[in-house]
Amino acid sequence: MTTTGPLLQMEGISKAFPGVRALEEASLTVGRGEVHAVMGQNGAGKSTLIKILTGAYRRDAGTVTLDGQPVDFHSPQQAQAGGVSTIYQEVNLVGFRSVAENIFLGREPRRLGLIDRRRMHAEARRLLERLGVEVEVSRPLGSINVALQQMVAIARAISFESRLVVMDEPTSSLDEAEVATLFGVIRQLKADRVSVIFVSHRLDEVYAICDRVTIMRDGQTVDDRALADVGRLELVARMLGKDLAEVRRSGATGFTDATHRAERRLLEVRGLRGAGRTLEHADVAVRAGEIVGLAGLLGSGRTELARAIFGADPVEAGELKVDGRPVRFGSPADAIRAGIGLAPEDRKTEGIVPEMSVRENLTLALLPAISRYGVVDRRRQQEVVDRFIRRLGIKTTGPDQKIRELSGGNQQKVLLARWLCLDPRLLLLDEPTRGIDVGAKGEIQALINELADSGLGVLMISSELEELVEGSDRVVVLRDGRTVAELPHAAITEDAIMAAMAEGPADGAGEEDGG
Amino acid sequence: MATTSAPARSITRARLASLLQGQGALVALALLVLFGALRYDNFLSAYNVTSFLANNAKFGLIALGMTFVIMTGGIDLSVGAVAALASVVAAMVSEYGLVAGIAVPVLVGVVIGLVNGSLVAWGRLQPFIVTLAMLLAARGLALTVAGNQSVAVDFESGFTALGTTTLLTLAAPIWIFAVAYLLGVLVLGRTPFSRHVLAIGDNEETARLMGLRVERVKLAVYALSGALAGMAGVLLAAQYGAGQPAEGVGWELTAIAAVVVGGTLLTGGLGSVVGTLWGVLLLGLIFNVLNFENGRGVISLSPYWQSIVLGGFLLVVVLLQNRLAARQT
Amino acid sequence: MARATGTAAAGAPGRLRAWPRDVRDLGQTYGAAAALALLVLYNAVFTDRFLTTDSIYVNLTQVAPIVIVALGMTLVIATGGIDLSVGSLMAIAGALAPLIFLSDLPFGVALAFVVPVLVTGAFGLFNGVLITRFGFQPIIATLVLFIAGRGIAQVLTNGELQPFRNPAFQYIGLGRVLGIPVQVLLMLAIFAVVAWTVRATRFGRQVLAIGGNEAAARLAGVPVNRVKLAVYGVSGLLAGVAGLIVIAINSSSDANQVGLNVELAAIAAVAVGGTPLTGGRATVVGTLIGALILQLLRFTLLSHGVPDAVALVVQAVIIVAAVFLQRQRQT
Repeated sequence: MTTTGPLLQMEGISKAFPGVRALEEASLTVGRGEVHAVMGQNGAGKSTLIKILTGAYRRDAGTVTLDGQPVDFHSPQQAQAGGVSTIYQEVNLVGFRSVAENIFLGREPRRLGLIDRRRMHAEARRLLERLGVEVEVSRPLGSINVALQQMVAIARAISFESRLVVMDEPTSSLDEAEVATLFGVIRQLKADRVSVIFVSHRLDEVYAICDRVTIMRDGQTVDDRALADVGRLELVARMLGKDLAEVRRSGATGFTDATHRAERRLLEVRGLRGAGRTLEHADVAVRAGEIVGLAGLLGSGRTELARAIFGADPVEAGELKVDGRPVRFGSPADAIRAGIGLAPEDRKTEGIVPEMSVRENLTLALLPAISRYGVVDRRRQQEVVDRFIRRLGIKTTGPDQKIRELSGGNQQKVLLARWLCLDPRLLLLDEPTRGIDVGAKGEIQALINELADSGLGVLMISSELEELVEGSDRVVVLRDGRTVAELPHAAITEDAIMAAMAEGPADGAGEEDGG
Repeated sequence: MATTSAPARSITRARLASLLQGQGALVALALLVLFGALRYDNFLSAYNVTSFLANNAKFGLIALGMTFVIMTGGIDLSVGAVAALASVVAAMVSEYGLVAGIAVPVLVGVVIGLVNGSLVAWGRLQPFIVTLAMLLAARGLALTVAGNQSVAVDFESGFTALGTTTLLTLAAPIWIFAVAYLLGVLVLGRTPFSRHVLAIGDNEETARLMGLRVERVKLAVYALSGALAGMAGVLLAAQYGAGQPAEGVGWELTAIAAVVVGGTLLTGGLGSVVGTLWGVLLLGLIFNVLNFENGRGVISLSPYWQSIVLGGFLLVVVLLQNRLAARQT
Repeated sequence: MARATGTAAAGAPGRLRAWPRDVRDLGQTYGAAAALALLVLYNAVFTDRFLTTDSIYVNLTQVAPIVIVALGMTLVIATGGIDLSVGSLMAIAGALAPLIFLSDLPFGVALAFVVPVLVTGAFGLFNGVLITRFGFQPIIATLVLFIAGRGIAQVLTNGELQPFRNPAFQYIGLGRVLGIPVQVLLMLAIFAVVAWTVRATRFGRQVLAIGGNEAAARLAGVPVNRVKLAVYGVSGLLAGVAGLIVIAINSSSDANQVGLNVELAAIAAVAVGGTPLTGGRATVVGTLIGALILQLLRFTLLSHGVPDAVALVVQAVIIVAAVFLQRQRQT
């Protein structure tokens, strides 16, 4: 075990799957105590590279050297034992087991063959303290919020005395404060000479915490630089393979800066309260042709609001008006009939029907409209599907391809098409670009823009401030289930949104005017 | 299979539901006991209590094994047939004495359990269909080996002592019942094994990523289920004096009912051995009460009514549990 | 992750492209069909008088009630559920029918067809209500009637055998049209309807969507509860029809025996045929083939002197093998 030279060196890594070369002579070098970002679009190969490192895949060619020793991990367990831990995007812990049990699952401290609960709890508390986290370790993991769950995952990683911690999109479910806590933990790891690989799409975070970045594109490593040496736009340009000047011109998102001319009121929500305690008293209004951004921290009630409007969850109190007429949707089918569509937050659990084809997923909500006497009109179905595949540029081998084989971005397009083919008047979009690579993200954002231009009303929930700022005509902010601010176009800035999310509206910054 | 963690609300709700179900079963059990005690003479007599417990020991053992299997998110439909097979085997080896009469059938159960477990764990086949097939196979084996008739045990070899010996006035089956459940509670509460079982039922993919040896654990629970079914078969043979290849029909389903009533989640991840105990006693007590009711001569319930009552009871109990759980959260 | 490689598929002619993929992808069913063909071939060669009309009819007659139940089971399983009550419902239908046509009611025979089937259909809806409104898991909900249903049938008949002779009623089990047994025609008709429903109707596609991802289906406006109620209702209806056929063939109704183990046979047929028990996909043709395979297997073994008990073991092995092969083909 040497203490000089890089901790990790991956060189000449190639990997092919049937029909596609995922990696071609890719490389990755991580120094000791270094926080190293890996960036690139989906399909660029970064997740494949990481999976080879962590033992989920076997490489076809190349070498992996850890601390001077060649390694070849066959399984995540082996990687773990070898000193490489992974924190996944979705918290990969078990919800019913306690915090302490999760940290020590598989290596429980024992006494006479039975679990030594006292020691396990004490150790768990100690590990979490090192991360600056205080939580009751006997609580079921699932009963604490996602950010804390991530901390528990990290505590588990540390308990293995890892030399390298791989973090795969660790902040996608965290708010600003929680991200700050995570960064504190990462700095602590750095101080302990533990290296971190930080895989992320989020530029701000990468620049805030990482030392170096490896950029991947088309299965190859195109850059390995210190972050101090490369500017944002250049980084994005390198990822996209585009010209720097071009990116500078058209902005980082697919939204343009122009506002939309908003017309009549489509949706008016006043004092909406849902079942459960999350949605308390929300107000929002959307006009035809405008994009209203809905901002808020995790748990502030954004998704609950969208679901309540859509009839997916029961409404306990409040007023809901569509086109000026009071309505109450008993089920999503009612809302759909009224011309509303909802693209849910989690594609996998609530969006796609994985075994069904692109065609069937796309036309799922349209079935009543394209059926006569209960029989599906194949020709109309085909025509609709062809039209939307073309219009949205959905990359698929054919309408019969199983939707689960598509990339995240293309799946999202199919889900959007599911609503668009109904010719809706109002779209509720919950994190429409989450988990999607930069290229497809831009396309979807541009699409949303286009839809608003053509007269659709859009309520867009997003955790990406950049997206909200560039895309919204107005922004409504929720906190603890209540509407606390409404920002008119001129007042929309990242700072204003953050201030409202955290504390309530800053002085004078846009008060709720009910419209 | 989702890999995202379930939201906090639903975790708490599920835990609460499970807890309430187990407690609900206990309450129902207590009420039924009270009802019986008040209504019938001799309900709480030593004779009734001990024979009730002795007779239900075999169902208890099967339900215990089922609890662990269900906690991994699986199911074992073969246990009734395995018990029948084991009873035949027990009768056939009973001439070699008590030890052989216990060891060999239990071993047979273990082997069957290992086959089930292998197909589920390594073959990646669904537990429902695997154990369904095993149900047919075990039944076929039992009938074949027994020549389509019951097989008398050897009454000279001491095997039948299992049914008749008493310790502190309690028959051996009752002790076996009690010890099995005590061990079960201990294992579930304090061993790493049980944590792994529950983690796998909670989210198998995640458990695997966390380094658990999923296949081995699954193999172990099915082997355990088989072993307990084997022991149940031994008790069957000892208590009835003969191995019965055609017995055990539907035992797996009543075991599942007992497990669910006791608060173990059918989807896995959360379980209660004590709850299963209440479930077993509750379901068994219904028959006991029906017998007493018949004995009073006020109503004469044909045995056919028993299944209606049992089904109805299951319906009401689960209904109430679901209602209770929903209201609390 | 594989990079997408282009747009519309070339090759398949326009009309065929429009069929759902689960119909075109008959890979699993090819294997099952091949197995069936092998069985038929074996018997043609090695079993005396197998290819006679009598022998063929015997087999088809025996398998018809199971296929009918299995067709309903296919729909239920496609939504991700299961129906353990079908055997008991068959017994109930079998108990009710003689009570009706042996009584003095006008239109006795007609009612003896209609009422039992409606009753079992209602019980099916009962299952559906427990599942959709009261949060029961399908295995527990249908377990209730599995336990209680046979008891109901036994109470109705006091556990006694009800022999009868009623040619009008028994037409369903003993009659022939153009030489083909009525129940076989019925089986084929129901098969055609269910297959077409799954392939071509909105209802059928919604059934599969629910089994594939219930939350997504609900958000897409699919009336999940209504569809589920319908599939359990249909399962109950078909179980009733099967029960009537069975007692018609036997000229007697024995509540202790009618439908015994049929739920297992139906589930096995569905599984062997290639429909996954987790739902989201269904092959109706597969169910038919699966049932035929299991039937022919038992017949083959019996004709060659293999005891019934051993046949059980062989069946078990076949079921596991079939499911195993399907898994291999999937991954």
